[in-house]
Amino acid sequence: MNFLSVRDLTVRLKGGPTLLHRVSLDVGAGQVRGLVGESGAGKSMIGRAVLGILPPSVEVVGGQIWLDGIDLLAMPPKLRRKRVGALAALIPQDPLTALNPSHRIGPQITDRLVDILGWQRGDAQERAAQLLAEVHIPNPARVMRSYPHELSGGMRQRVLIASAFAAEPKLIVADEPTTALDVTVQKQILALIAGMQARHNTAILFVTHDLGVVSKICQSLSVLYAGMVVEDAEIHSFFAAPRHAYSAALLRATPKYTDPTAGLVPVPDDVIAAVRAEVAAFEHGDQIV
Amino acid sequence: MGIKLSDLFRVTDLRLQLSDMTAKPWIGAAPQIQILRGLSFDIPKGAAVGIVGGSGSGKSTLGRALVRLLEPSGGHIQFDGVDITHLSDAQLRPLRRRFQMIFQDPMSSLNPRHRVGTIIAEPLRLHHMGDIAARVAQSLDKVGLGQSFATRFPHELSGGQRQRVGIARAIALEPDFILADEIVSGLDVSSQAQVLNLLEKLVGDLGLTLAFISHDLSVIRRLCSQTIVMHQGQIVENSQTDRLFANPSADYTRDLLAAIPLPDPNQAWH
Repeated sequence: MNFLSVRDLTVRLKGGPTLLHRVSLDVGAGQVRGLVGESGAGKSMIGRAVLGILPPSVEVVGGQIWLDGIDLLAMPPKLRRKRVGALAALIPQDPLTALNPSHRIGPQITDRLVDILGWQRGDAQERAAQLLAEVHIPNPARVMRSYPHELSGGMRQRVLIASAFAAEPKLIVADEPTTALDVTVQKQILALIAGMQARHNTAILFVTHDLGVVSKICQSLSVLYAGMVVEDAEIHSFFAAPRHAYSAALLRATPKYTDPTAGLVPVPDDVIAAVRAEVAAFEHGDQIV
Repeated sequence: MGIKLSDLFRVTDLRLQLSDMTAKPWIGAAPQIQILRGLSFDIPKGAAVGIVGGSGSGKSTLGRALVRLLEPSGGHIQFDGVDITHLSDAQLRPLRRRFQMIFQDPMSSLNPRHRVGTIIAEPLRLHHMGDIAARVAQSLDKVGLGQSFATRFPHELSGGQRQRVGIARAIALEPDFILADEIVSGLDVSSQAQVLNLLEKLVGDLGLTLAFISHDLSVIRRLCSQTIVMHQGQIVENSQTDRLFANPSADYTRDLLAAIPLPDPNQAWH
């Protein structure tokens, strides 16, 4: 059974356009699914809908989100928050804005465990130190006493990864966790996430626009365009032969250093026109249903 | 030492240090940190040179020193035979038209209260160039935006279009040299491809010399003939791009290459 199942999720701006068109996707326990698309395609929106942290201007108008066998959208908000808090966590994109600059690192990891999950502070501190060691942070005790500005970008991202895994979540939404980092640090961070994911058997919804990253860490992926899933595929078959013309065009736009002649072909206008028409037809279907 | 006429930039033993304000004690001077530690290289006229390195390697500082937004603390920068290392603002002003910069974040480098036309025209006015309206229209055409964009505001544009405005502003001045600092790192792959193809074409058409700062070696491979690899404020490798990819000489270059995730699940990466 899938740990996370999103069915026909439709989200719109209150009184405005539809942002997600009947999105369906599955993430099995301990599996990693990539969410790929250009900015504005709605990939982060799916992650936020699952975690119940959509901005107030946005509402879910249809569909189901099944997390560990229970439909989150059918639950009362208070219970739902509790359940999501216990089962899921977020690794945010920007390690500098996600950490409170005026608080030390330690409490930023432990507060959630103590205040929301009811741990003893001593246990939470021990757990935080242990996780910081697990993400290869030298001298965890010192880092817990540090402020975010005293750490490098890579270190801050490690702190957020440790923090996301702190409560042993079964699902993590990773929202472009390596976009702000340079390639060598990105490689370390991805290896860390993959290692932690395997050790803790966590399911991950991995939001990124980098198909290279997807090919390294995911078993399956969903390609989005304008809020619609245009392709849902297993990794090896996708990179061998993407089925949708838009996915194929994205792959052709991605640079490859091993082949200077390949890559860097912008998505052609006719492919854009075709996929737009497809989204419009799909949206029309929304209204009939 | 004689200057080869074919070099637009000639940099010798360039050093730059700044006060480390994060380590400043309550009372007393902040410790100095060395950001650039003795760099020497040339940029030939008409070349496209890639400058690559990790965060904190000093690549952006080097770029800013080249266009003299920062004053070096040691060494020399010669631009077209003129030593610009310690020129004053007034002395630099006539030269500034000739070296332009395109910035990483187009949203913070374009004035949100000005229309695109004004944004491109302003530096032309500062440099007392004639025929401003025609030059604005021409450079908008060259970056493929068309003149209807002149009346738009930056917030009405997509990321790729904003970056084109940045390019249009730079080329309107008919510079000899353009410094592009991570100009595609915030863009989607498709807009990235469009902006890079455009830049590649303009550099060829206008005979520009380009320094392209990036952390992405795959982009540099496509665009640049020569690549400088920086690590911790020093140049660890400076060679022809083809040679660098075929046979990297520095360990750090090999690490950088090995860290790039190719869009291929079968690549041995870990």
